[in-house]
Amino acid sequence: MSNWLIYRTFWDLTVSGLVLGLIYALVALGYTMVYGVLRLINFAHSEVFMVGTFGVLVSLTKVFGIPLFEGGQYPFRTGFVLVGILLASLLIGMFVSGVGAIAIERIAYRPLRGAGDVYGAVALAFITGLILSFIFSSDIGLNLIIAAVVAGPLSILYLRIFKRGRQAPRLAFLISAIGVSMALAEAVAIWGPDERVVYQTPRILEKKVLFTFFGAHVRIDYVIVAVGAVLMMTSLLLFVNRTRLGRGIRAVAQDAETSRILGVNVDLVILVTFLLGGAMAGGAAMMFTLVYDQTRFNIGFLLGVKSFTAAVLGGIGNIRGALLGGVVLGLAENYGSAVFGGQWKDVIAFIVLLVVLMFRPTGILGESLAKARV
Amino acid sequence: MKKFWKLAATAAAASLIVAACGGSDSASDTTSAPKDCAVSLGLQFPETGDAANLGAPMLKGAQLAVDEYNAANPDACVTLKTFDTQGDPAKAPGVAAAVIADKSILGLIGPGFSGESKAALPAYEAAGLGTVTGSATNAELQLNGWKVFHRILGNDSVQGPAIAKYIVETLKPASVGIIDDASEYGKGLADTVKKAVGAGVKASDSIDPKAADFSAAVSKMKDANPAVIFYGGYYGEAVKLSKQLRDAGVKATLVFGDGVKDQAGYADAAGPAAEGAIIACPCKDGSADFISAWQAKYKEVPGTYGAEYYDAANVFLNIIKAGAKDRAAVQAALGTYDAAGITKQIKFGANGDATEAATVYIYKVTGGKITYVADVK
Repeated sequence: MSNWLIYRTFWDLTVSGLVLGLIYALVALGYTMVYGVLRLINFAHSEVFMVGTFGVLVSLTKVFGIPLFEGGQYPFRTGFVLVGILLASLLIGMFVSGVGAIAIERIAYRPLRGAGDVYGAVALAFITGLILSFIFSSDIGLNLIIAAVVAGPLSILYLRIFKRGRQAPRLAFLISAIGVSMALAEAVAIWGPDERVVYQTPRILEKKVLFTFFGAHVRIDYVIVAVGAVLMMTSLLLFVNRTRLGRGIRAVAQDAETSRILGVNVDLVILVTFLLGGAMAGGAAMMFTLVYDQTRFNIGFLLGVKSFTAAVLGGIGNIRGALLGGVVLGLAENYGSAVFGGQWKDVIAFIVLLVVLMFRPTGILGESLAKARV
Repeated sequence: MKKFWKLAATAAAASLIVAACGGSDSASDTTSAPKDCAVSLGLQFPETGDAANLGAPMLKGAQLAVDEYNAANPDACVTLKTFDTQGDPAKAPGVAAAVIADKSILGLIGPGFSGESKAALPAYEAAGLGTVTGSATNAELQLNGWKVFHRILGNDSVQGPAIAKYIVETLKPASVGIIDDASEYGKGLADTVKKAVGAGVKASDSIDPKAADFSAAVSKMKDANPAVIFYGGYYGEAVKLSKQLRDAGVKATLVFGDGVKDQAGYADAAGPAAEGAIIACPCKDGSADFISAWQAKYKEVPGTYGAEYYDAANVFLNIIKAGAKDRAAVQAALGTYDAAGITKQIKFGANGDATEAATVYIYKVTGGKITYVADVK
């Protein structure tokens, strides 16, 4: 019976699979670009996405003051108000995620690259002080004071360590990435108003069916995700291919040392790479909350793993590969769940990855941020 | 490059493992009762995590019973020690070890969920520590031959057929769709409902509760277009599923088991998507005295399983009051216990289930509130 199901629901599954696939692809861009430039898998990227969803949540509920429900109904908005709020929440999501990504780069990676600076040292010292302060008190005000006092001498110590200009071994980057990822997720879990619960985001867009496509309902939120994701990816491609900074990104991806000698500001390029990847994840975060109406402190974990899979599937370091990988993964998951049952969804995703890597170890399109094929 | 990938793979694996055990503050002692009591009871339940809303009334019910006991018996007070599993079977064995290591604990209230019960009970059985749960309703737990296992409410083999009976006799749908979350509880309940409904089941699927997107299951239900959809699982996924089904234009009546009976977690979170949903539960609101005591203490109406956990705590407290001084005596007394609780006459059969056949109560989401509508025997 279930074998026939896929024929009857094929277009339905295609539409919803594409939407999830595009969200995977947007998050995958962050993994892929950072890998291309730094040869580093930024495991904290899933938390960049998570922070973005909370940025959207806070902007909707606090900045625009939209309640979860109005008189038992969704708080739908229409016309310019709707468009304005959607655009603003998109920008806020991108901003929060972008800033989050840069902060992670400053605090967790730059010191390991032997390029630590005062800002990173002070921030890291402050965080260390804050963590240590919890041993002595649980009053947040007092903790902040303790952290500020400790941060002074500690940041001088950190600066001395950073100044050595020595590149840390690769394993240190990965450990740092996992550490930041866990720290961010747990911080949101602990300091959120409700511990570890699922937050519902207000639904301002009425999810009307715009048109049917071979019997599949295409809703307005799906169309927004598709158009938004394609626009964001196109502008990213244009930026990387057509601008000075984009050329810098490609140059550093090819050979960081030579680019430095030829006058490329490598630290700036890395910063921009993190910012762009973060902004893409922030856009994905807004689209995710638009379709699924919710977020949670660990929302990034499974989605991050899937997006990383999408990046590897398409060819890590390859921007077009991320798009292809995301879409292939989203569709494969949906078709596979229809044939084998929903409990096999993750198994199918990773089997697709294994099979592709068996025949094409560098992914479908190959690794190539550096080459002109970006 | 090869070396690097090896490293990356190891790190990825490590991050998965770390994330899997992350955030397990295995044993936390957060009771307000005085600490100088010689005797204590353990409570193993989901204090935090996905199902924390279901855990809160468990603690409040047990705490209310203990506080009342301590007020009446100031010389022989009892401490309630809480142990958080987040409802996760993977965390349960570690928590069980911590409970067993605390020699002041004479009996364990809980475990809260079926999956964690299955994981923790072998350890309690080996330690001879009596347990009484007021919520783990999986229909196979009592078949394991654990002598320390006791349960004061109807299990899913009672709940499942009762839900099926309500669906078939009251809702009278042309066809039924069944979805479960592949958990010990959700799948167990969905399977018993499926069996009892029989030929009327037109489509069934499982979902991954960790995922955000259930579109494959939703497409399947849209295709089969059943008049009633039963979901076996907890409220967190029930919210996502209700919204996604309604968004896809599925109009079927949604029916849930006790894991969804949570005002804040389900009805308040899903809003319009929850309206009209049927929720079955072997749980009861409790006696009038109990409800007023609860409202005086917590400024809210009793939550799901609050009354059952009040009863479970009182079983142990009555046994301790009768003179049981160690774990063996408490466990022995559980076998012969026979006294009235606020939900039913409590007496355990040989397999650990309460002998009084439980009625299942049907609730409906009306105007955003979970309201009682009928009994099913």
